Formats: sequence, C-alpha cells, structure tokens
Amino acid sequence: MSDATVLNLVLYLPVLGALALPAIPVRREDLTRALALAVMGLQFLLTAYLYARFDPAVAGLQFETRLPWIPSWGVSYQIGLDGFNVLLVLLTAFLGPLVVAGAFTAIRKDVKLFHAMVLLLQFTMLGTFLAQDLFLFYLFWEAMLIPMFLIIGVWGGERRVYATVKFVLYTAFGSILMLGAVIYLAYAAHAGSGVSSFAFADLYRTTLPVPAQTVLLAAFALSFAIKVPMVPFHTWLPDAHVEAPTAGSVILAGVLLKMGTYGFLKLGFPLFPDATRLFTPAIMTLSVVSILYGAGLALVQTDIKRVIAYSSISHLGYVMLGLVSADLLGIQGAILQMVSHGLTAGGLFLLVGMIYERCHTRELAAYGGLARILPVYSVFFMILTLAAIGLPTTSGFTGEFLVLLGAFSAAWQQYELGAVQPLALSGAAVLGVVLGALYMLRLAGRLLFGEARVPHQPVVDLALREKLVLGAIVAGVFALGLYPQEPLRKSELAARQYQELLARGVGAGGPARAPEARPPRPAGQTAGKTP
Amino acid sequence: MSHLLVWIVLLPLAGFLFNGLAGDRLGARAVSLVGCGLPIGSFTLTVAGAIALAAAGGEPRVETAFTWATVGDHSFEVAFYLDRLSVVMALVVTGVGSLIHVYSTGYMRDDPGYARYFAYLNLFLFFMLVLVLGRSLLVLFVGWEGVGLASYLLIGFWFQDPEKARAGKKAFITNRVGDAGFLLGMFVLFQAAGTLEMDRVNAVFSTGAPAGFSASLIGVLLFVGATGKSAQIPLHVWLPDAMAGPTPVSALIHAATMVTAGVYMVARLSGIYGQAPEASAVIAAVGVLTALFAATVALTQNDIKKVLAYSTISQLGLMFLALGVGAYGVAVFHLYTHAFFKACLFLGAGSVIHALGGEQDIRRMGGLARRVPTTFATFAVAAAAIAGIPPLAGFFSKDEILWFALASRSGGALWLWALAALTAFLTAFYMARLLWLTFLAPSRVDAETARHVHESPRSMTGVLIALAALSAVGGFVGVPHLLEPLLPLPEVRPGLDALETPLVLLSVLLAVGGVGAAAYVLAAGEDPAEVFRRRFPGLHRLVAGKYFVDEAYERWVTRPLYWVSDRVFLRFSDRRVLDGSLHALAALAERSAARLSRAQTGNLQLYAFLVLAGIAAGLLWSLRHV
Repeated sequence: MSDATVLNLVLYLPVLGALALPAIPVRREDLTRALALAVMGLQFLLTAYLYARFDPAVAGLQFETRLPWIPSWGVSYQIGLDGFNVLLVLLTAFLGPLVVAGAFTAIRKDVKLFHAMVLLLQFTMLGTFLAQDLFLFYLFWEAMLIPMFLIIGVWGGERRVYATVKFVLYTAFGSILMLGAVIYLAYAAHAGSGVSSFAFADLYRTTLPVPAQTVLLAAFALSFAIKVPMVPFHTWLPDAHVEAPTAGSVILAGVLLKMGTYGFLKLGFPLFPDATRLFTPAIMTLSVVSILYGAGLALVQTDIKRVIAYSSISHLGYVMLGLVSADLLGIQGAILQMVSHGLTAGGLFLLVGMIYERCHTRELAAYGGLARILPVYSVFFMILTLAAIGLPTTSGFTGEFLVLLGAFSAAWQQYELGAVQPLALSGAAVLGVVLGALYMLRLAGRLLFGEARVPHQPVVDLALREKLVLGAIVAGVFALGLYPQEPLRKSELAARQYQELLARGVGAGGPARAPEARPPRPAGQTAGKTP
Repeated sequence: MSHLLVWIVLLPLAGFLFNGLAGDRLGARAVSLVGCGLPIGSFTLTVAGAIALAAAGGEPRVETAFTWATVGDHSFEVAFYLDRLSVVMALVVTGVGSLIHVYSTGYMRDDPGYARYFAYLNLFLFFMLVLVLGRSLLVLFVGWEGVGLASYLLIGFWFQDPEKARAGKKAFITNRVGDAGFLLGMFVLFQAAGTLEMDRVNAVFSTGAPAGFSASLIGVLLFVGATGKSAQIPLHVWLPDAMAGPTPVSALIHAATMVTAGVYMVARLSGIYGQAPEASAVIAAVGVLTALFAATVALTQNDIKKVLAYSTISQLGLMFLALGVGAYGVAVFHLYTHAFFKACLFLGAGSVIHALGGEQDIRRMGGLARRVPTTFATFAVAAAAIAGIPPLAGFFSKDEILWFALASRSGGALWLWALAALTAFLTAFYMARLLWLTFLAPSRVDAETARHVHESPRSMTGVLIALAALSAVGGFVGVPHLLEPLLPLPEVRPGLDALETPLVLLSVLLAVGGVGAAAYVLAAGEDPAEVFRRRFPGLHRLVAGKYFVDEAYERWVTRPLYWVSDRVFLRFSDRRVLDGSLHALAALAERSAARLSRAQTGNLQLYAFLVLAGIAAGLLWSLRHV
C-alpha cells in the first residue's frame, strides 16, 4: 500500500466506522464504543506511521493524491501532508481515541448516533486539514459544522439550544463571507492566468491587485477570526463550551479552534500578502488584546469550564501573534502552540468532565481540597495547569517562549526602523504570562487546595481508563516541552514557505520582514543546522 | 566520567520520580534512603567536579546534553557549564541541600506526606542545579521557573490550610511578575548577542554593548526577574508569607539557595553588568534600600520565622549592593557564608518549634538554652556569624561588602556605605533580641508545653552542628580570591586605601555595638520592640505593618485588576456590548421576519408578479454587466 493510499485510509476510516455502526444492535452500547475506539485507534496508528515517514527535508506536499473532480471549474480532489498540516493532523488523530475513551461513561443517550457524529466530525476535521484544493477545503469546513452542531445540541447542557444557535449563526456568518470570497478568488485567478484552478499551489502563484486582496482577506479573516476566536468575535465560545458535552469541548478546544489559525496560516495570509501587510497592525493588536482580555475574563469566572474556555481565547492570541510576526521563531512557535493548546485545553476539559460526571456541578465554589480526596486526579490537574501556565519542560512553554521571542524579534527590527507600536504590543503580550498564572492557579488552588469539600459523596478517584487517557496527554505535553526539536523540524520548511509567500506581492520591494532582511548578527551566531 | 554534570543534575530528578511515583508504597525508610542518598550522590559528584576543575586550572567544563530546538539559524541547546562560579554555587546547593534533606528525615518524620515532601525537595534540587549549571540563559530560566514551582508546592505543602495554599500562590504570581521582566531582558539580549549562552554573551559584551543596544536596559530588565526571585523591593512581599512552608524548606529554598538565584544570575552575567553602570547603580540602590527596610521590619516581628525571613531579605539586599558596586565575587562570598548561618538559624528555629510543639511566637518562648542546649549553642554561633562578630563567617563577607560599598571605583559611595553600616548594626541588634527572647530570657512557655520540651533527634542536631561549624570557619575560605580570575574585584577609589583597616575596626564595632545596645535594653527586662512601640507608636505601626506594601498592592493592583475584568470586560464589554448587540440583531431579524412574512399573503397573482419582476431585474443587470 502506498503512503498516499494510507493517507486516504486515514481520512476515510471514520466514515467507514460510522457506516458500520448501524450493523451493531442498539443494546450493545459497549460494542459501539469499542468499534469507535478501534477505528480511532487504528487511525491514530496509521497517522503516526505517516508522521514517521514524513520527510522534513522535502518541501511541499507528500503522500499526495490528486484526481480531477469538476474539471470544467478546475476543481480537483487533492489531499496531502505538508509542514503546515502534519502536526495538526497528528494532533487530531491523537485526540480522536482519547475523546471516545473519555466519553465511555459520560454519554448514555443515543450512543450510536453520538459516535457516528464524533466519527464524522473527525472525518471533516481531517479533511479540512488535508485538503489542498480550496473548493474541497470549503466543503469540509462547512460540513464540520453539522456534527458539532448536533453534538452540542443533542448531548449538551441546559442552555444548549441558545449555545448551538449562537455557535451556528456566528460560524455560518463567517462561512458565507468566505464562500463569497472563494468564488471571487477563483474567478479572479481565472481572469488573471486564464487557467481555472482551486488548487492552493496555483492560488499561491496568483497575485491580485491590492484592493481585491483587501476585500478578500477581510472576508477570509472574519471567517477565520470567528473560529479562532479572536476578540471581539469570541462570545460564542464560552457558551458553546459550557453547554457542550465533554467530548464536544475537547474537540472544540483541541482541534476546531485551530481551524481558524490554520486558515490564517495556510490561506489567509499567504494568499494575500499585500493585504496582510495592511492588516498586520490591526491583527497584531487584536491578538494582544485577545491574550490579555481573555485572561482577564478567565480570572473572574465561577464556572470551571468557563475559566478554561476563556483561557483558550488567551492562548490562541499567542498563536495569532506568532503568525503575524512573520518571524521564523514566531511562526514555528505558533504552530507548536496550536498543538500544545490542543493537548492542554483538551486535557483540562477532560478533567472537568471527569469531576462533573462524579459531582454533577461545575461551580468552582462547590469544590475544595480535592488533592486530599482525589490525589491522582489532582496530580493530573496540576500538571496540565502548569502546562497551561507555560512552565518550562511542558509544551506550553515551548510554544509561548518561541512565539514571544519571535514576536519580539520582529518588533525589535521594526523598532530599529522607527515603529514603536509592535514593540509595545509584544512587550504587553509578555504580561499574559503573569495573568495566565493568576487565573490558572486561582482555579487549581480553589479546586485542589483548602479544606476538603465535594458536593457529592462518595467520590472515587480516577479509573484506569481515565488514567490512560490523561497519561497519554501528559506524555504529549512533556514530549513537546522537552524535545520540540523533532516536531519543529517537520514544520520548518512550511514555516519558511509561509515567510516567502508573505514576502512576495505587488508591494514594491517586499516587506521589511523578509528573512534575508535580517541584519547580520554579531559574534555568537550559531551555525544553521537545518537540512 | 564524561557526563559528570548531567549526572549531578539527574540524580535528584530520579529521586523525585522514585519518591513521587512509588514512595507512598515503599515506606519511610526507602523514601529517606533515596531522598537523601541521591542528593548526597550529587554532592559527591560535585566535589569530584570541583577537584577536576582545580586540576584543570579553572578551565570551564562544558557538557552538551541535547539540542532542545533549532529554528532557522538559532539552535537552543541544553548544555551544562562548570566553572569557578558555578562550582561554588553547586557545592553550596548540593552540600547545604544534602544536610537539609538529612535534617528533614527527623523534622518531617511523622508527617503523612513524607514521600511527597521528599519528592518535592528532590524536585527542587533538580531545578536548582539546572539553574546553576545551565550554560544558556534559557536553561537557567528553566531552572528558575522550576524552583519557583517547587517553592510553590512546598510553601503550600500543608495545602488543606487555605492560608498556606494562598501563600504558595502569592509566591508564584509575584515571581511571575519578575519573570515577565526577565523574559523581556532575555529577548533584548537575544537581539543584541544573537545567543543566550552566557559565556558567549559575556564575551560579546567584553568590548562594550553591541551597537544600538543598551547593556543597562538588558541589565535592568533581567534584574526585575531577580527582584522577584531574590525578594527585593518591590517584589519582596512573597518571602515572609513563604514561611508557611515546613521549616527545612524555609532554610533550603527561602534562605540558602533559591532566593540567591538572582544574585547568581547577575554575577553570572557580570559581562553585561560590567558595561551597565546605570543598571548597576539601580541594583546597588535597590539592594541597600531593601537591606535597611527589611532590617527595620525584622526588629518588630514576633514570629521567629518572620524575623529570619526579613533578615534573609535584608542580607540578600547586601549581596545586591555588592553586585551593584561591581564586587561580584564578594556578593558570592556573602551568598556562600549566608547559606551556612541562615540555614543553621532556620533549622535551629525549626528545632525550637519542634520542641515547643509548633509554637512560633517568641513572646511565648524563653529559657530554652538549658532545655535544648545543642540547638541553643548552634543558634548562638550562627546568630553571632550573621551579626558579623569576628572571626565567624559573616564577619568576613559583610566587612568586604561594606568596604566596597564605599571604596569601589565602579559605583561606591558614602551613602551606600552608611545605609549598609546601619543595616549591619540593626542586624546585630535584632539577632541579639531574637537570641535573648528565645533562649535566655525568663521562660514564658506555658506549663503544659514546657513539660514536653525536648531536644531534637540526632539527625537534626547533627546537621545543626555541621552548619554551625561551617558558619564559624567558612569565612576563612577566600571565595572572592578563588573567583578573581573570573570575577575580578573592582578597583578602589583613589585615596581610600588608608581607610581599609579603620573600616574593619568600625564593622567590628557596629556588630558589637548592635549586640550591646540590644543587651542594654534587654537586660532591663524590656523587649526593644515593645519600647519602640511605646515611644513611637505611629512609626512602629508603619514598620510592624511592613510599610503596608501588601495593602498597597491589594488596593492599587489586585482589586483594580479584578474590577476591570469583572465590570468592564465581562459585564460591560462582553455581555452588554457584544452579546447585547447580537441579541438586538437577532431580535431585529425576528421582527423584520415577522413583518416580511406579511408579504406572504397567499395571493398567487402577487407571487407571480414578484417572480417576473425579479427575473426582469436579473436580466437587465446581466445585460448591463456581461
């Protein structure tokens, strides 16, 4: 079997699984769960295999499949792995089995439908990452909404209807703008080159006039910014999180939010380099606002889940900051921060789910001193808290450090050219590390320390299944914290390609941030080790 | 051994993993054996490293463990570095650290969290060694944050008491504020030097700061981090609260080792600070002001550990004073002697608290000299050492600080010396008060407690004796001289050479005078703090209230932060403005839909007309545009 076939298998396995579900008798919920878990597990193993085979020294697509689909429009079925998506695909496949295993006891209603939805969601998310054709990308992007809508709407909490409507309206609004932009973009690309194509690679080669770029980027950016979410397009997120079942929250925080940042990384910024330069000050400002504003909101929440929901806004602000810095350190940091946030926020939502299953409330005030009653639970909670804070040796530190260093490096160079604003903003972003510690330690402290208190007796500590799920996440957190070298190598060429794409465009002379524009360093320069 | 440094670092980590994962199941004996054995192993290896270093004539030893991350041209490596400076630190950390581990086997014997305690203590030692031995500022920062974590966990070790858990959080957050500055300093430094490896950084700065960069800016930003970790004004507020942790923790982390990390960092980067006169002036000023400020507070405290905590802040201030006037080696000298006598004092306090069944208020102590003689004797030696009585260790190091505060050509000044001298006097004074009220004054211990007073087990007294001995003779090791090839002492201002001997005499006089003045008041049966309160009630309130710094932060930082987050961000902006306009939009859509639905009259003719009109409009538009 060729690697390209394996990649297709990875993509369609969840669909096969979902199709096989009806064959299982309704009463056999255990078989349903086992099947879903097996499918997800296999999918992860195959993805890990592809990840290992992925050659970091090769630029562009690997394991590519390209078939004509709607030739008259220039639409093709094209998927493949590259440095942009390889880590996110791995993350998605990694979280898949954990989501299923985490929901073993939580989901009691319509078990089959639930697993079908989780599998379909997995399919659409992977499709979105893997798609290399804008048309295909858009289809997956839209399709993703449906299973998520159902997961929150059917298995959600009390105010689930409000939450789903808000979630769908927000994202659908963004999607409509994006649809318009996609059509216009294909039309303009055709007008420019005479060739009809939706392939990203072809679109990268088109350069549109600046006004067109501006309009298009505005549409794309709004759609992506809602998904990230960036302040002020974020108010759907806490409601969606709070009402979603644990599995929904984990997928939402773990993978779905990265669609927005991935969209910026793969499409928004590289397709419209001139417009990106115009937008950069605004996006950078919003990123820093998101970091601080999200942290401030997380600080005053009384619902455990809301704290983590708002912290996502703050953490994804770092990702955006790294992306707009256009500095290699910042871009690489942003990619790593995406994966790291997927692990830490996903893990924390799992932990919230586990305590909710036991005590049926998410009110922070109802708890205290869990470190005494649930010691194993508390150790996991503490580790993931520290990872969210960005303590060195955890993945959170790697991401935050590289992003902040990259953003600062870029800002310093602009400062030398006379611009103060980026420097002030990247300096302000560093305050996020203080606020992050404040809200996370407030949460962990109230939950774990103090007088032992739970709203529901008796509570039992984690079962083996739960320990394994969390153990896997913690292993990932430390792997990225202690040895990020390996994943960083896989994405380095893509990060460079992103830089080059940003540096092109009709704006004369390219941006000040082109990689070769760096002034020579004084002594102490370390030799490049990249292949 | 080719990976000597790696092993020094890894042994305590192995202890952490062992005790953390399996300690509870294997029993106290295994926990003590591993928990103390591995640190002692690290100490032994460090001694071997020191011998090898001496044999190599001080040539630094570099070990690269692995490459953490490579991004473009930048490679961040995890490498360890042993030179004259880091070897002194590593010896102090593993040496005093091992002693305190041993002491803990007695002190924590009956605690249900025994294994967890040793796991945390080993974790601390691991991160502290990463901090000390790291070659790059990034690796140092990993240790820097890591010791902060261990400190957080150990301050809140008895986490069921919300007060203690809160103290841990306060320490972490305050340190994070400093770390934000530290990160910024690191970022600017990275722009300037293109590397974070400290030996290379020092080399880059040896000929002045790179063009377009200010060494003082970098220096001040990094020093912000040091004010957090080393509890200097204005980020000192966490250290007194940190006394909530077990007393051996206060001795190891909050007196002897972790809090000196800021001092070590500045000395490590002397290449930068040597080119940064403004930053150095800031450090000297902050140091001496902190020293004096904390010494005055120490006068008024009645909790035995709080007195020692403020004393630590004060002594750290003196170390920064030395750094600020370019006497890096002298600062490290005081760091080294301070580690002995302050660890001894804290552990002695622990022994007293142990003997009194948890009592910490010196107003309810007294007369313990005969009941716990070993504790008393060792405490007395250490107290005399910190007071600066010759020829004990503290005398040598403090005297040199005073001398360079006045005489250094790089920033020495009369006012620095005067404030430092006043601090030295106050130090002798409050230590005499502490010693008297605890051990010598008539007993104020209640009868029930008094019956149970007992000397501590040998695991504890043995450590006290060892530390007291080091406090007594440690000053004869000329640390500044050993470090001189790496950290040359500053030149002396012209015309001051003749003052050196008279100033030595003056420092002796200050120490003796401080003790004497305290004795004068105490002999009359009065507590000097009481006298102070009676004579100057207003001033006493200010000093005993720790100058109300905590209250100011609460009022001007914490509460506004929560207020803005809650009222402005959450209630106003998120709910009113954003969600409010969304809901308004939704309501509008609903209303217009209701109105539009009136167009659905059921009249077929109207529908047909509308359809035709639509088609016509579409055709017209496409004729115009295509």
